[in-house]
This record gives sequence, structure tokens and C-alpha cells, in this order.
Amino acid sequence: MSEHTILQVQNLKVNFDVSSEGDMPWTKAKKLQAVNNVSFDLNSGETLGIVGESGCGKSTLARAIVKMVPADSGKVIWFGNDLLSLNKSEMRQHRKQIQMIFQDPLASLNPRMNIGEIIAEPLRTHYPKTPESDVKERVKDVMNKVGLLDNLVNRYPHEFSGGQCQRIGIARALILKPKLIICDEPVSALDVSIQAQVVNLLMDLQEEMDLTLIFIAHDLSIVKHISTKIMVLYLGNMVELANSDDICTKPRHPYTQALISAVPIPDPSIEKSKKLILIEGDLPSPVDPPSGCVFRTRCQKAQDICSIEKPEFKEVSSNHEVACHFHD
Amino acid sequence: MSFLEVNNLKVEFDTADGIVSAVNNVSFSLDAGKILAIVGESGSGKSQTVFAMNGLLDHNGRASGSVKFEGKEILNLPSSELNLIRAQKIAMIFQDPMTSLNPYVRVSEQMAEVLVHHKGIPKSDAIQQSINMLDAVKIPDAKNRIMMYPHEFSGGMRQRVMIAMSLLCHPKLLIADEPTTALDVTVQAQIMQLLADIQKEFGMSIILITHDLGVVAGNSDEMLVMYGGEVMEIGKTEHLYSNATHPYTQGLMSAVPRLDDSADRLVTIPGNPPNMMLTPVGCPFSPRCKFANTTCSSQTPVLTKVDNNDHYRACHVAVEDTL
Repeated sequence: MSEHTILQVQNLKVNFDVSSEGDMPWTKAKKLQAVNNVSFDLNSGETLGIVGESGCGKSTLARAIVKMVPADSGKVIWFGNDLLSLNKSEMRQHRKQIQMIFQDPLASLNPRMNIGEIIAEPLRTHYPKTPESDVKERVKDVMNKVGLLDNLVNRYPHEFSGGQCQRIGIARALILKPKLIICDEPVSALDVSIQAQVVNLLMDLQEEMDLTLIFIAHDLSIVKHISTKIMVLYLGNMVELANSDDICTKPRHPYTQALISAVPIPDPSIEKSKKLILIEGDLPSPVDPPSGCVFRTRCQKAQDICSIEKPEFKEVSSNHEVACHFHD
Repeated sequence: MSFLEVNNLKVEFDTADGIVSAVNNVSFSLDAGKILAIVGESGSGKSQTVFAMNGLLDHNGRASGSVKFEGKEILNLPSSELNLIRAQKIAMIFQDPMTSLNPYVRVSEQMAEVLVHHKGIPKSDAIQQSINMLDAVKIPDAKNRIMMYPHEFSGGMRQRVMIAMSLLCHPKLLIADEPTTALDVTVQAQIMQLLADIQKEFGMSIILITHDLGVVAGNSDEMLVMYGGEVMEIGKTEHLYSNATHPYTQGLMSAVPRLDDSADRLVTIPGNPPNMMLTPVGCPFSPRCKFANTTCSSQTPVLTKVDNNDHYRACHVAVEDTL
């Protein structure tokens, strides 16, 4: 941990109770491990990218950090305070500094509020005594920042395109001048040309407002573009964490290697001659994860020890952590 | 005679707010055994183009122009005649495999129905052939899994079921409408590999509709770029990636972040996609094009030959000026 560390997540675990069909009311619910022992540090101004397939716990991890889902154990230390031990009113003080942007831009905006109200809502909630003229000024300011014309304040969300709606979502997250923004698949629903606009906007704002970002996406090319470091999750477990260039050029975990080889590169000469590492089979059920290493059922390198002993998540070279018995 | 020839295809929808022209003057041809990729953003008309070919437009839509399949005009044929072609000669797979399968009916019934209906063979034979086809698309334990319901399969497996179902009658043309968009990259790689293997094995042609330029690069012979319902550029995939001359194609290619490249900033295309409610005047891309001049916003450009590699584009700006 360095002096710039603003967020430390330690051994975070999130379990969900699931009961299956035919269970009696007194049958004990099964535990679904959505996030298992995730730890990382985040320094001011950094961007942490979180990648993984659907159902690997990316969103749950993000939500657990801001207490939108309750964590079972672990610590989330934000500027020295463990958020998980705070009560509601104490948590509120910190919520101002951590904001979120969601995947579906239209669904995350209230259709019956105009965008001026939507963007001002966090300000009115956290600082109810702000004079109306100040609120208007701040809304105007933040709209200009995200590239929206400020004469649109009285329009409603349905009048905007997907890319513009995502800008509204970003404006709403920015109005409290947060330190950390958690972006949960912010560009997945957008077209390529619009996606590039939003990614550039986020990177500009980060520089201008000294923001720290957690960027969740399933598209590794975008994550690599925006992130300083990348964490790869598989079935709720961390499998690899390193600088974004290191992960993409020298992946050391067999899962990361397969994931990277599966990302199509828009160049026919590379793409058609590329050696693909195909992962066979489907994702195991998180209710009944494999013993030992969670990836062993689909891993080409798996041996006996993988089913017995869970590999430790450890540093294998500077700033490069991997959980595998047989990493490269 | 080409295997498939589309000429001046036009698709319009009557809506409460007026006529929407979704596809305008689209023309292309496809040879047997080739893979054509149709690329474009949402609303560019790529899906409606193939829906019109197959007679699958919504009730308020109408298509005009010409679609010749093996020399025979198939556009706007009555369903009774189209049904002799659909599934038997032209099969289709859709984006979301869950919504294309009936959740109440076992996979065995859904697959067998295709063969019973089109080939008139007994159901037990149809089920046996379906099991063989599930084997061919690498679904493990096909004999037992065929008795399951769609929700018991994962997303990738469901897409495999869809592919198997579309291949039952050994079609000559397979239309895949965003077949991997709803899937994870690792599963996408499996499915694209499967499609490539099957294309070789059955020797069919494929029209692959997608917005992912990475998928296009690895899996097509020719590509067609659409924007605002019109064809912007068409050519051989490999040639087009290194010699794109249309400003939209160029913009699209540079807007995609690449895993093997570390550019600091992504190149963006300013502005927003066109509103299809407005009748297009001139080039649909002109409001967002950095080369646009007054001709672009008044006259619609026509597809013209760029070079001798079957490379065509629709743009008023000279090729040299866009390089």
C-alpha cells in the first residue's frame, strides 16, 4: 500500500442464497459464491479494468464495493475507513465520493424526470440546502463538460440517443465531483463509433478532474485501452492481475491466455493466421464450483494437484499476480 | 449467373409518423461457397436487407427491387412458394438463441418438425437425423440432450442448437444475423470456428451480419459496409481492410480499439447515427463526414468501381483525397 492508495479491497466475499426447485421451506439454501476472496489496491488517478465472461462476478464485485449488495466478509477500505462496517448515515458521507455509471443508458434514467432534474438529483439529495441558482449553474457546467448542449435541460430521456443518454449518466455521476467512478459496462450497449466517443470522454474527464476509475467490461480491447491495470475474474475468483500491457502481451494464466486469443483483431492477415486457444465446454455452476482451482475443468494444463489444492494468488513477477500452479 | 444476386433492394415501413426507408438501393452478389459479411451499426438496415430477401418483414414493411437466388426471382413471393426455399435452400440463424427457440417445446420436437414438415419423413427418422446433426455441431451427449428444453442449455449451446437446426435440410445459403453478439468472446470463438468448419464440410455460402469488425476480419471473403440503409463500400475483406477508401469505412475501422495496438486516443466519428424517419437527401453519412461538400448533401452517390479487386464504393469525394 502506498500513500496514494485510496481504495483497498481485502478478501471480499459475496455469497447469494439460492434455493432450487422442489426445495422445502426448511431446506437450507445453497450458497452461490459470486465473489470469492477478491483483494486489490487502487491508487489515485488509476483505472482498474475488470474483465471476465458473463456470470464471473464483475458487476457483483462493483456493487459490493458501494454496498449495493451486502458482502459476507472482507474489507473495503476507503481512505482508511472500512465501508462495510459503517452504518447508513456514515456511509452516506462516503457515497458522495463514489459514483456509478450503468450499462443500459436509457434504463438507468427515470423516464418521467427531465434531464436537468436527473443530473441535479444527486446534488439535491446530498446537499439539500444548495440554492436553486447554484444547482442550475452546476448542472449547466457539468452538461458542458460531457458534451451536451445546456439548452437541452428540459428534455426527457427518450428524446436522446443511446450515446447521449450515456453522457447524461456520466454528467449525473460527475456533479458531486466524486473521487472514484465505477463504470459497469458503460459502452457495451453503444455502437462502435459512439463507443469511441464515450471512452475518449471518460479519459479526458479523468485527466481533467483527477478521477479514479473502475471500468468493467467484457470487451478486453476497450478495457486495455482505458485501464492502467487489469484484473481477470473467473467464477468469482481472481485469476490474474497486472498492468494492462503486461496482461495483453504476456498473459501468464491459461484462462487469460485463452481469453486474449479469443478476442478478434480487426485485421484479416493477423486474424486468419492466428493460433486460437479454444476453451472447451461451459462455465461450471457457481453453486457447485470445482474443487481446487476453479478453472481446472476447462484447463489444458490441469493435473492432479489442481483438483486438490487451490492455487494461491501470488506475485510471480513485479506487479504481476497470478493464481495458477502451472503458470507461464 | 450468380448464386445470389440482389439488385436495387428497397425496404420501407409505414409507421404512424410516416414512411421509414430502412434500406435504399442495396445491390450485391454472392458466389457459391463464399462468405459475405454485412457490417454496419444499429439501424443501418443490415438485418432488414436479409429479412426482406426471406420474406420476413413486419406486416407494415414492403420491399421492392430484385433478389435472384440461383437465377430465380424470390423477392415478394407468396409464403407457399417461399416455404419451398426457406429452410431447404436458405436457412437463417438469429442473434438471440433463447428467443428464437420455443421455450415450451423440447429441442427434439423443434428440430424434428423441420424435417417432418419439409422432407415429409417419419418423426423417428427425423429425430435420429437431428441427433446426428447435434453431434456435428459438437454438442456432447446429443442423444440425451435432445430431449431437454431450451432453458436447460447455456447460451453457446443454444446457438449450436440453432445452427444444427438450420443445417438439417442442408441449405445452400446460411444467413447468420449477429450469431455471436449475445455470447462471450470465448464462446464466440467456438461458434465462429464451428461455422467455418461447417461451411467447409457442407460447402454452403454464408451471409454473416455483424457489427464486430474483428469477427469480419477472421471469417469472411467479402464484406459490405452499410450506413443509413445504403451500401457505402463493398470489396474483398482482406483488400478492404488495408485499402478502405470510403470515409465511413475508414472511420469505423479506426474507431475500434485493438488489443494488439496501444493508441492513446481512439479516433471517433463525430455526431450521431441518422434519423431514419427523415427522407435521406444526398449521402446519409455526409452530416458526420469530414470530407463532405455541398454535392454530398444534395446528391446521393452511386456505387462506382475503385480498382480491379471488385472494390466498389459510394462517395463523391475523390479516392486520393480520402487517403
